[in-house]
Amino acid sequence: MEERTSVLMQESMTKNPAKIFFFALGLTLLLAFPLSVHGQKNSCLECHRELDEESLRAPVEGFAADIHRQFGLSCQDCHGGNPLQDDVGLAKDKSFKGTPQRAKIPEFCGSCHADSEYMKRFNPNIRVDQLQLYWTSKHGELLRKGDAHVAVCTDCHGFHGIQAANFPKSSTFAWNIPQTCGRCHSNADEMKVYGIPTNQVDDYKQSVHAHALYEQKDLSAPVCNDCHGNHGASPPEVTSIAFVCRKCHPSAGDLFSQSPHKAAFDGLGISECEACHGNHKILPPTDEMLASGRSDVCGQCHDAGTLPYDTGLKMKQQFVGYVASLQSANDLLDRAEKRGVEVSGPKFKLQEASTTLILVRNLTHELSLSEIEEKIDEGKKVIGEVKASGEAALKEAKFRKTGLVVATVFIFLLALALYLKIRELQSKPAS
Amino acid sequence: MNRRRFVNLFLGGSLLGTLGSFLYPVIRYLIPPRQAEALAKKFMAAKVGELAPNSAKLFRFGSSPALLINTSEGTLLGFTAVCTHLTCTVHYESDTATIYCPCHNGRFDLSGNVISGPPPRPLEEYNVEVVGNDIYVSKKA
Amino acid sequence: MSAFFKNMLSYLNPRFRLSALAEFAKKKKIPEHKHSFWYYFGGLCLFLFGIQVLTGILLLLYYTPSVDAAHESVLYIMSQVKFGWLIRSVHSWTANILIGAIFVHMFSTFFLKAYRPPRDLTWVSGFFLLILFLAFGFSGYLLPWNELSFFATRVGTDIAGTIPLIGNAVKTFILGGPEVSGATLGRFFWLHVAVLPAFALLVLGVHVFLVQILGLSKPIGITDSKEISFFPNFVLKDALGWLLVLTAIGVICVFSPWEVGQKADPFAPTPVGIKPEWYFTFLFTTLKLVPAHIFSVEGEVLAILSFMLGGLLWLLVSYLDRRAGREMKSPVFSFVGFVIVLYIVVLTALTYLVPRI
Repeated sequence: MEERTSVLMQESMTKNPAKIFFFALGLTLLLAFPLSVHGQKNSCLECHRELDEESLRAPVEGFAADIHRQFGLSCQDCHGGNPLQDDVGLAKDKSFKGTPQRAKIPEFCGSCHADSEYMKRFNPNIRVDQLQLYWTSKHGELLRKGDAHVAVCTDCHGFHGIQAANFPKSSTFAWNIPQTCGRCHSNADEMKVYGIPTNQVDDYKQSVHAHALYEQKDLSAPVCNDCHGNHGASPPEVTSIAFVCRKCHPSAGDLFSQSPHKAAFDGLGISECEACHGNHKILPPTDEMLASGRSDVCGQCHDAGTLPYDTGLKMKQQFVGYVASLQSANDLLDRAEKRGVEVSGPKFKLQEASTTLILVRNLTHELSLSEIEEKIDEGKKVIGEVKASGEAALKEAKFRKTGLVVATVFIFLLALALYLKIRELQSKPAS
Repeated sequence: MNRRRFVNLFLGGSLLGTLGSFLYPVIRYLIPPRQAEALAKKFMAAKVGELAPNSAKLFRFGSSPALLINTSEGTLLGFTAVCTHLTCTVHYESDTATIYCPCHNGRFDLSGNVISGPPPRPLEEYNVEVVGNDIYVSKKA
Repeated sequence: MSAFFKNMLSYLNPRFRLSALAEFAKKKKIPEHKHSFWYYFGGLCLFLFGIQVLTGILLLLYYTPSVDAAHESVLYIMSQVKFGWLIRSVHSWTANILIGAIFVHMFSTFFLKAYRPPRDLTWVSGFFLLILFLAFGFSGYLLPWNELSFFATRVGTDIAGTIPLIGNAVKTFILGGPEVSGATLGRFFWLHVAVLPAFALLVLGVHVFLVQILGLSKPIGITDSKEISFFPNFVLKDALGWLLVLTAIGVICVFSPWEVGQKADPFAPTPVGIKPEWYFTFLFTTLKLVPAHIFSVEGEVLAILSFMLGGLLWLLVSYLDRRAGREMKSPVFSFVGFVIVLYIVVLTALTYLVPRI
């Protein structure tokens, strides 16, 4: 079959050169046409790519990674215009919107992102309330009042290179958020007008939350938007702070609510968690935060010598004693282990005592000294058992060394005896 | 006693002593230890009837803690007791019939799934097997 | 006391022809010269093997060769069984010391050319003993089923798998499957406590018998005719050496018991810097250093084939070294031996001093 076709073709080709020409032309046009369609002619990109001005060329480079592009959207979907037209004048037709004004950006983005009918097409579950929330935020509030300096969509999400928030390079990815917010909120000149401090990001970076996020790569650690909200961002009110913290620290919150502090704080209008732990610069809590400690928080309200202060003092003493006990048990086991004795069993048991420490420290929120003492006693019992095992292990190590000495003594005596026997045999004539 | 006899006695005596110092550990070794056998993949968690319905017990599973729960319907469930958040030991809370972690109040249902709180992953469930009067817990295949 | 012994001897003598044995023992002589020190290493290997058999039998009482229980049983032996830590540590440490002693024994007999006929079969049987004991070491290492042993076994068998043509079949046979698993543990246990001991006893029997009837070889060029009687002089000196080594083992085991390690997790990633036991490291590091391709042949394959060829030549050295066979000094062979020792020492040292090769 193949042979026949090629023979026929050869015959027709050689017989008629005109046929060859038109065939070739048709082929070229045939190939060129689908190419242009599948290549999706985009005069915007083509033209802007060649421009000298950096700011006009940047959109093309950025857009390559943009999330909108992945959904098949392009320049004209936001800016309007006709991408099939090479001529600039024709390209910028009636529908051309150009660069939106800063103050109009929320509505610009919202024209799609707040339209659930439209967004459903791309992602049936995507939220469409961002614009609505934005108007409730401090940023939205001020924008409505005419201040175009505040943050709009593009300030946080970028433009022409917007990535989904769960992409590590996105400006809205968890560990990039402090930097994104900090662009304005750490800038003294920007914030001077509003009278807002600019130390929040720096404070945050020293906090235990930042440590969890940046050092331990724990993405569940809170960043700015987890406490302030993202589109509806505003500082939480005094009464709200506690609810914000309780989202992740409910047990501390529950215990606090059972303590006498709750009524006192509510009555005085003091924010619950913040009074002792701070807001941005939340450091890892230590026993030193209790009465007479280096970072004493009890002393903020209670004078030394009063019952509350003394209770705090007693709690601290309990903790310090327990921690020392735990440490000495650990050291004991380490010593035994270094001497070669197997102590994985007692080490396992000691974990229980360590868990008790975490539990008991949390109990400080409840301010019940009796409960703390009870739990610590339980923990101390476990430590006692572990210490007994540790001592037994050290005894075993000593026993081993003694046994070795005894066996070695016998061996040396035997060696000596052998040596004497050899000498004796050698002194005799060889038999 | 002549020299030869002394050397022989010395040799014999020290030989016996040396043999003794070898035999003593071997004999002690052969005598069955207190704990009859090595802990295997299957760990004896409790005896039948030890746990009342709607209660639980923590036990050692290899080198980490595990939880044996007797539900109110009488079903036996086994889970690792190591919280998937920051490895604190979890407990069973009978009034809510959930497993909770006292450190940051992570909460798991009786399938091990996270209901609330910071734990990122569910609790690994173990196989529970009753053999005679003993309840054995082992890892799922 | 001595009357008791005399009575016992007179009872056993006619039944075991002990007097004939005693005659042979009395007559047997050991040459004494400046290199006699090396004669003791053969007996030392035998002694250490004896320790391995004894401690091995004891460990067998509490060890369980299954994936679910192997590691746990070793932990049990180390922590719960009285003196379990001692028996196990002696077994693990002595294994290494034994292989070291085997190398010393092998190289000393090589350099002293004790392999020359009529002792060629002693050398050949010795070569097989080397293979058997390396197999003992390799199979035993997996039995505690900890991280190090699991991955060392995997690495080692991977290398075996690169032998051309038969490599994959060999690897599958050794592993009892496509990869290191419970089947491997069962297989290695079978080898370690049944197959290898049986063969070792057989070959060792031949080897020791040959040494006894042929006597110890005197190095070429030694004109000293001084001799000592095997029994009791040599035996007692032997025993002295054994006692010293035993003491050293005791001290090592008390101050540095063998670790239990973490239980093997087949799904865990291979730990960085994993390597086989020290006596295989020179092979292992050679394979790591060899270039990927040499004259379009895979470097690793070429290296393995070279090692196998080298082993074959080593086995046949008695027949290759004609000069030694004629009681003439053969410096070429000594030089080759020296190069081999240097190679092994340097590569082993490199493995530990420069881990990121």
